[in-house]
Amino acid sequence: MWPMIETGAWVLSALFALHMVWDWYRTDTTYSEDVLTSSREGEIEAMTEQHRLEGGGNV
Amino acid sequence: MSDIDITSKTMDGMGPHGTKVGLLRVLGPAHVWALGVGIVLVGEYMGWNFAVGKGGAYAALIACWFAGILYSCVAMIDSEVTSTVAAAGGQYTQAKHIVGPLMAFNVGLYLVFAYTMLEAGNAITLGYLISVAADMTGATEPLDQRPFIILAIMFLAWLNYRGVLATLTFNLIITAFAFCAILILFFASAPWSDTSLLAHADLMSGQAALPYGWLGVLAAMHFGLWFYLGIEGTTQAAEEVRSPARSLPFGTLAGIMTLLIAATLTWYICVGYLPWEYLGDGVNGAVAPLFSAAQMTGSDALIVILGFGTLFATLASANGCINDASRAWFSMGRDHYLPQWFGAVHPQYRTPYRAIIFLVPIALIFALGAPLDQVITFSILSGLLGYTFMPINVILFRRKWPLDTIKRGYEHPFHPIPAILLIALCSVTYFAVFLGYGTQLIAMVSFYIVVSLWFHFWRYRFVKRADQFTMPWPKPRGY
Repeated sequence: MWPMIETGAWVLSALFALHMVWDWYRTDTTYSEDVLTSSREGEIEAMTEQHRLEGGGNV
Repeated sequence: MSDIDITSKTMDGMGPHGTKVGLLRVLGPAHVWALGVGIVLVGEYMGWNFAVGKGGAYAALIACWFAGILYSCVAMIDSEVTSTVAAAGGQYTQAKHIVGPLMAFNVGLYLVFAYTMLEAGNAITLGYLISVAADMTGATEPLDQRPFIILAIMFLAWLNYRGVLATLTFNLIITAFAFCAILILFFASAPWSDTSLLAHADLMSGQAALPYGWLGVLAAMHFGLWFYLGIEGTTQAAEEVRSPARSLPFGTLAGIMTLLIAATLTWYICVGYLPWEYLGDGVNGAVAPLFSAAQMTGSDALIVILGFGTLFATLASANGCINDASRAWFSMGRDHYLPQWFGAVHPQYRTPYRAIIFLVPIALIFALGAPLDQVITFSILSGLLGYTFMPINVILFRRKWPLDTIKRGYEHPFHPIPAILLIALCSVTYFAVFLGYGTQLIAMVSFYIVVSLWFHFWRYRFVKRADQFTMPWPKPRGY
């Protein structure tokens, strides 16, 4: 039984790897680099209250 | 694919500053808990017991609780800072905003190495567990562990590639099972009963109490970290939680409480069932001490439950490590600390897919080609360097942005006592590590010095300095 399970593990590993590589290729050829790398560190929804400095000024 | 409008201004995750596709905000506090506890809980199932070998059962308990204090400080400090700096990258992003670029680069590398090495260590362990299962079910020939090591890494990387919600929901289920397995073993052992098989009095008296004296206690500190190593990983989910200010402190603090309970129960159960000489030998003795304790009960049900608990804890840890290492690598790419190519987000799955794929072969190389103890030591030392940064970070954070200037999701109490305590405990742990792994410590510090020089004199010229600071914060005090 265990030799079959070993073979199954090899096959599954290959399938997961191939799926990722295939999807990676498809994504990189479908979208522009500008879109894919457009993510920027952003504001935080829960913390969007205006921070109030001492002296009353908003930032 | 065509039904996805990646330029939508209303879709969740579409951030400011020209972001067309970003990470998805779908996680809640339970996922944060699962990420933190999931990475760590394998340390209860195996690894911590080397502390028993270094100094005996009581030394392991002292190390467990000292490390518990250290990590409670880590969790409190992290909860405050990350509820404010809620972006992927965790401590890397904190360092970038609060300390400076060189510290951020180093912290980013600590994170990636700590998690990738831990992932490799988990995969090696998983291969070993499968081979034990094969032996127990009557396999006639030695099992080839490699396909199972590779499968674990490939499957979990694939899961991470496909989306963070499924990944951390999976982690939540298997982590909860592994934690409940410890509770079940404790209650099944019935320590309050006269018929209990636990034999603390016999196993911990006389010379067995502190076999190497107080030096043994110091030496045990290194492995005391193992009970909690990785809880700080919750911060990597910061850009993907729905409510960072609430979920991150809640998930992180619930996580450290869970671990304190799990660590103490684990110690209590194991030292009550197993003699310290056997328990402390994690290579030829109790490789998986909770599983060995379950075997001592003679209950088939407990053996099966703890067997699956060990397996799930290992999987959960590797899964969380892939999640965290990829977020740290992605953030460094996004900020140009590394090639920007790594800062890409998958437009459909909304994951840092290139960072996830890039780290797969690195994890495989270490999992298939390096000895477990070296892999684990490299992970621990990288983590320890990260913990040393945290007190400096929070002291600077409070000084530059006092409580009345930035609204925090959580304010940690008794500042600066936790920071000072953390520095002191890190110092003790450095000494303990130096006693056992001095060469590795020096080699690793040398490595980080070399890459720091590379970053300072070469890489930093590519960083767009104005673009990396996007938090809507006031100017720091004194600037």
